[in-house]
Amino acid sequence: MSRYAAMFNCLGGGGAFGAFLMLGDPDLETSATLLDAAVEAGADMIEVGIPFSDPVADGPVIQAAAQRALAAGVRVGDCLDLIAALRARHSALPIGILTYANIVVARSGFIRDAAEAGADSLLIADVPALEAEPFGREMDQAGIEPVFIAAANTPEQTLRRIASLSKAYTYCVSRAGITGTHLAGQFDSGLIDRVNRAGAPPPVFGFGISMPEHVRAALSAGAKGVICGSAIVEKVGLGEDITPLIRSLKAATRERLGAAMN
Amino acid sequence: MRLDGRFGRFGGCYVPEILVPALEQLEVAFLDAQDDPAFAAELNGLLANYAGRPTPLTRCRNLPGNIYLKREDLLHGGAHKTNQVLGQGLLAKRMGKCRLIAETGAGQHGVATAIVGALLGFETLIYMGAEDVERQQLNVFRMRLMGAEVIPVESGGRTLKDAINEALRDWSASFESTHYLLGTAAGPHPFPTMVREFQRIIGREARAQILEQLGRLPDAVVACVGGGSNAIGLFADFIADDVRLIGVEAAGKGLDGDEHGATLLRGTPGILHGAETYVLQDSDGQVTDTWSVSAGLDYPAVGPEHAHLKDSGRAEYVGATDGEALAAFKALAESEGIICAFESAHALAHAIKLAEQEPASAILVGLSGRGDKDVAQAERLLA
Repeated sequence: MSRYAAMFNCLGGGGAFGAFLMLGDPDLETSATLLDAAVEAGADMIEVGIPFSDPVADGPVIQAAAQRALAAGVRVGDCLDLIAALRARHSALPIGILTYANIVVARSGFIRDAAEAGADSLLIADVPALEAEPFGREMDQAGIEPVFIAAANTPEQTLRRIASLSKAYTYCVSRAGITGTHLAGQFDSGLIDRVNRAGAPPPVFGFGISMPEHVRAALSAGAKGVICGSAIVEKVGLGEDITPLIRSLKAATRERLGAAMN
Repeated sequence: MRLDGRFGRFGGCYVPEILVPALEQLEVAFLDAQDDPAFAAELNGLLANYAGRPTPLTRCRNLPGNIYLKREDLLHGGAHKTNQVLGQGLLAKRMGKCRLIAETGAGQHGVATAIVGALLGFETLIYMGAEDVERQQLNVFRMRLMGAEVIPVESGGRTLKDAINEALRDWSASFESTHYLLGTAAGPHPFPTMVREFQRIIGREARAQILEQLGRLPDAVVACVGGGSNAIGLFADFIADDVRLIGVEAAGKGLDGDEHGATLLRGTPGILHGAETYVLQDSDGQVTDTWSVSAGLDYPAVGPEHAHLKDSGRAEYVGATDGEALAAFKALAESEGIICAFESAHALAHAIKLAEQEPASAILVGLSGRGDKDVAQAERLLA
């Protein structure tokens, strides 16, 4: 069983909490410490960005994180090393990569190298289902699980395609636009239902998750988990401790479990 | 998508999933409009009676050899950009959009978008790299005068690439009300195909005009290439002919260094701004900053059809340095009484070189824009 499947199985009535961090932000050493801090604070899955110079799906917070990493001289190889070290310390932890197509195609064997480093999944922000086939084939061969984005405007036909291509989870965006905390999401059970009906992997809400009430709304809508990115990365940018935020968001994922047991 | 949007291995539609429905809607609107005589009639009416088509073909009297200039500098707005913004503006109306966004480098596409925004009644917002805002003040004022809002983009190298990133980010939240009026034959499908079709008029007119004036086809067709819209528009109707097609990229301060915009000459295949194409990048795939004296050629990717024309060998791509372009800019002003854009001066620089080697050859040059926007910079550089 894949690490994602095992993790979702073990949640009981609660939801999964995914923490996103940009690899190499603000530097390699701090980045390794932050990854561990996120796991210790309760993250069930870790999503890591590999910095790209032109992140068109990201808002100012994640853009700045990528810029900090690149300014520190972080290379793609360094990011794979960080993943390998994280894997060595946490053997059961689901680890997913979020990056852009040019990073994947520029390095020959990127997908194989990512799998060997211990990554479980790969989401390429600018590869929609329409262009996914060659990437999906390579991921299948390497044993890394493809993840795709589903949005309110994603048609049924595309959701069915996503269902047939993807494995680990389905990244459901809570609103249109780019990553960031500036706009609240709409945690719509309609999207979750459509993803489930299409037979796609477990729906996880991302975009606009920065407070416990967002987590509660996302899970009430039927999501199997949430991913928080910009709110965590904003703390990294300010040099603040990420632990209290992750703890409070993770705690909100257990409330439903508590409610179910009462 | 109805079409695959590929040019050989290049092109495609590499965008976040959220934008795919918007691009599908655009493709449908474009293909339907292509079959609609009413759309063609409205567009052709605007091109003739508003924008001033056809533009002349001018044989140079005093430059060496036989150089013919396709005078897009005389088009309303001052550059070839107006051809395709009229087409996309009418499509945006057809799709019921009320807002236009666009990126601009030199400001020519921003000006063209502001023109169509004013003419057809759109709210218009232009993203422009902060560096370009500083060096193209005249065009910034023009855009604002025509009612467009200009947003300086402070991220990255603060030039065209960063303006495109910002426009894509805006569009991924605003696509229901907003058309992204991309300014060149690059980006995700259907833009490269659609922009080529709206710019094809340049080569169609030029081919007929040179047949009439010279009695035969030219030996070479030369155009500058940044994103590549004026070049693909000029080349398109010559692709089936036995005619050399030459694209001229910005060699900046020299092709041996890092300060240039010569994507096809010095780049490698990659994926940027929605298309698989040549990209100036490092070995990790990080896109590198470019340099050119002309803001319109200062771009690290290129339209995917040019990537295919290069790899298939149908077109040749060469470079002209800042210095060579500036010398051609000056030569055209002194010998023909025409002040062209720095971008167009790159094409002319190569054409003059070719004319000196082959005085009998007829060389058709795309004079893509006029140079008013560049005169302040030229005054400093030529001092």
